[in-house]
Amino acid sequence: MNSIVERRMIVPNMHLLTIEAPDIASKVKPGQFVIVRANDEGERIPLSVADWDEERGTITIVFMEVGASTGALACLDEKDTVSTCVGPLGNETEIGNFGTVVCVGGCYGIASLYPVARALKEAGNKVIMVFEARSSYLIYWVDRYIKLVDRVFNITRDGSLGYKGHITCLPDVIHGLQNPPDRVIVNGCTFLMARASEMTRGLGILTVVNLNPIMIDGTGMCGVCRVTVKGKMKFACVDGPEFSGHEVDWKEFLARRKAYLEEEALFFRRSEPKQAVHKEVKCQYES
Amino acid sequence: MNPEKTEKMSKIDLNRNDMPKQSPEIRRHNFNEVALGYTEELAIKEAKRCLQCKKPKCKTGCPVEIDIPDFISCIVKGDFSAGIKKLKEKNCLPAVCGRVCPQESQCESQCILANKKGEIAIGRLERFLADWEAKQGSVDMPSKAKPTGKKVAVIGSGPAGITVAGDLILLGHEVTIFEALHKAGGVLTYGIPEFRLPKAIVAREVDYVQRLGVKVVTDYVVGKTRSIDELLKEFDAVFVGTGAGLPWFMDIPGENLNGVYSANEYLTRMNLMKGYQFPKSSTPVKRHVRVAVVGGGNVAMDSARTALRMGADEVRIIYRRSHAELPARLEESENAEEEGVIFNMLTLPVRYIGDENGWLTEIECIKMELGEPDASGRRRPIEIPNSNFRIQMDAVVCAIGNSPNPLVPSTTPGLQTTRRGTLVADQETGKTTKERVWAGGDIVTGAATVILAMGAGRKAARSIHKYLEKGKW
Repeated sequence: MNSIVERRMIVPNMHLLTIEAPDIASKVKPGQFVIVRANDEGERIPLSVADWDEERGTITIVFMEVGASTGALACLDEKDTVSTCVGPLGNETEIGNFGTVVCVGGCYGIASLYPVARALKEAGNKVIMVFEARSSYLIYWVDRYIKLVDRVFNITRDGSLGYKGHITCLPDVIHGLQNPPDRVIVNGCTFLMARASEMTRGLGILTVVNLNPIMIDGTGMCGVCRVTVKGKMKFACVDGPEFSGHEVDWKEFLARRKAYLEEEALFFRRSEPKQAVHKEVKCQYES
Repeated sequence: MNPEKTEKMSKIDLNRNDMPKQSPEIRRHNFNEVALGYTEELAIKEAKRCLQCKKPKCKTGCPVEIDIPDFISCIVKGDFSAGIKKLKEKNCLPAVCGRVCPQESQCESQCILANKKGEIAIGRLERFLADWEAKQGSVDMPSKAKPTGKKVAVIGSGPAGITVAGDLILLGHEVTIFEALHKAGGVLTYGIPEFRLPKAIVAREVDYVQRLGVKVVTDYVVGKTRSIDELLKEFDAVFVGTGAGLPWFMDIPGENLNGVYSANEYLTRMNLMKGYQFPKSSTPVKRHVRVAVVGGGNVAMDSARTALRMGADEVRIIYRRSHAELPARLEESENAEEEGVIFNMLTLPVRYIGDENGWLTEIECIKMELGEPDASGRRRPIEIPNSNFRIQMDAVVCAIGNSPNPLVPSTTPGLQTTRRGTLVADQETGKTTKERVWAGGDIVTGAATVILAMGAGRKAARSIHKYLEKGKW
C-alpha cells in the first residue's frame, strides 16, 4: 500500500507521483483530493487527485515543490512509500450538461482539472481549456488535453505562447468565443482563482473554484480550512473544496493561505547564522 | 456516644495522600506528565484508608461498576497483580481512566468519607495498578474463545472503539478498526496533551488490542473511502464510535483571522502532529506571546497549559461564567492556575480585531454577571451593557465544545440523527436505527467522558455478540 509506482518531474519544479492506493482509486471522483504525508514526521498536506486507474489500483497526484513538505515528497522515488495517503476527501465537482464550459488551469491545477474536463466531455459539454503559465515551458499535458477537449488556449506572462499577459486576458479569450460559456471552472494557485473570479464577475458567468487551504485532518475536525463564502463560515474540506468564486472572501482566504510562510521559510534557513532567524522562532532553532 | 463507635471513628484517617507532581515552575516548560503517580508505599497507605464498606457506594458512582473495594483490598495486601486483574474485569483502559476520569464527580463523590472531605483517592489507585502492570513488562494475555467466523467493523479508534474491539475479539469474532487519522487512539491521541496523558500509554492500549488480534487500519475514512453500506457487505456488524469532532465557533466577527484556532486544531497540531518538536517535526506552529483560550472545560485547560509550554508569556482563560461554574475538573483548573494561567471570569469575547495582514491583534470582550439558573442548573450569564473592553492578544483558541462529525451519518441512509447531530441509539444496547449498525460514545451522547464512551462500547459489544450468536436483530 501507498508505494510509489511512478515518479517524474513533468516541468521544472512540478512533480508527478503515481501511488498504489486501490481503495481510493475505486472511489475517487473529479475534484476530490487526498491527504498525503511524505514520511512519519511529515505534515499532512492536501493534494488534488489528477488521475486514477481503477484496474491498476493507482492514483496520480501532481504538485509543485514550494516548501518543506512538498520538498520531502519530491525527494521520494519509485518503490518508496508515503506514510499517509488518505481519501478521497471533499465533495466531487458538480458535473452536468451545462453547454459550454471554460476550464482554466495553472500550475498544479492543469493536472487537477484533467478528470473534471474528462467528466464534462462525457456529460456532453463543449469544453475549452485555457492553460495559464509564466512561460510556455511550464505548460504540460497539452497532448492529453488536445485529445480530450474542443479547443485549447494559452496565456503566458512572457508571451512565449498564446496570449501575452496575466489571467486578466481571460475576458479576451471568452469574448473570442462564438457563444459565451455557461460556466467557468478554475483550478490553480489562489491568486489565479481570485483574479479569474474577478474577471468573470463582470461577465456574469458562474465560476467554480477548487480551494486549496491549509488542512490537517481533512474530515471537518480541525477547522483550519475555514473560509468565508457568501458571508458564512465554511470548512473547505467537507463543505467544499469547490465554491463559487464570486462568493469567496478572497482577501481573507489569501491571508489564511500565507499563515505559515515564515515557518516554512525556516526550513530553508536552518544553515544560516542564528541572528538571521526571526526572533519568534529563535529558541526552537537553537534546540 | 457509644464508646465502640468512637474508637472506630478515631481510627478513620481522613488525610488523602497527595500524588507527587512536577513543580509548577518546572512543568510549565516541559511536556512531560505533570502527575508522577503513587509509589508502592503511598498506594498501600492510601488503600489502607478504605473502610471496605459492606454496601460500597463508590461502585454505584462508576459508570462501568468496577469492584472498587475489591481492587483496593488487593493493594492493601500488596497483591498488585490480583488488583489489576480485578480492575480489568470491568475496565479495559485503567491507565487512561485513572488519569482522565472525573473521579471527583463519580466514584470518589460517592465515597462514605466524601462527607468529611477525606474520600479515598480511587483514581490514583487505579492509575497506580495500571502503571505497575506496565512496569512489569509483560501483560497477561487473556484466553480467546474459538473463532466464530463472524466479522465486525469498528469505526473510530477512540475509547469506545477500543473497548468494543477488545471485548469482541475475546469472544472469538474477527475485528477490524478503521481510523481516519494516521494514528490510532482518537481523542486520546489527537486531543489530550502528553503532559496529562502520555501517548505511550495510549499506544500501549492500542498495541494490546492488536496483540489480541484486532486489525487496525489507519488512514481510512469511513463515509469517504468506504461507506457503511459497503462495509456491511463484508462485515456482519458495524460499530460507529466516531466521537464528537466538529468544532464549534461563536459566530462573532473576526473568527477567520489568522491566530484564531479551534481547540481541535491547536491541540492536534501539538499532539498528533508533534508541533512542539517543530521544526524537527514538519507541521508548522506559531510561537505566540499572548494567548487567550475561550471556554472553561478540560479542553480549554489543556489548550491554555499547552500554550504556556509552547513559550507564551501570557495565557488567559476567558470564561463567561464564574469560577464556581467552570466545567473543567478542579484538578485541571488548579494545575492551570499553579502554572500561571490567568483566569478572566465573567467575560465574553464579542469581536476579534486584526491587522491589515489578517492577523489577530486584539479581542473585544464584554463583562458578564450571573442571573437566574438556566436549564443546566447553572446561573445564566448576562451581559453587562456598555462594559466592553479590549485585550491585546496574538492568538485565541476557541474551546467552547464540539458536535458529532456528520461524515458517517450523512453518508449512511437509514441512520437517524437527533437535532443535535448525534446518532439515535438504544441506551442499553447501542443499536441504531439501521440494522446491523451499533453506535456509542460521543457520537451518541455528544461530547462527554472517556469512561462513558467505554461503558457504551461495552454495552454495544454485548449486544453485538448476542446478535452474532443468534442472528436476530
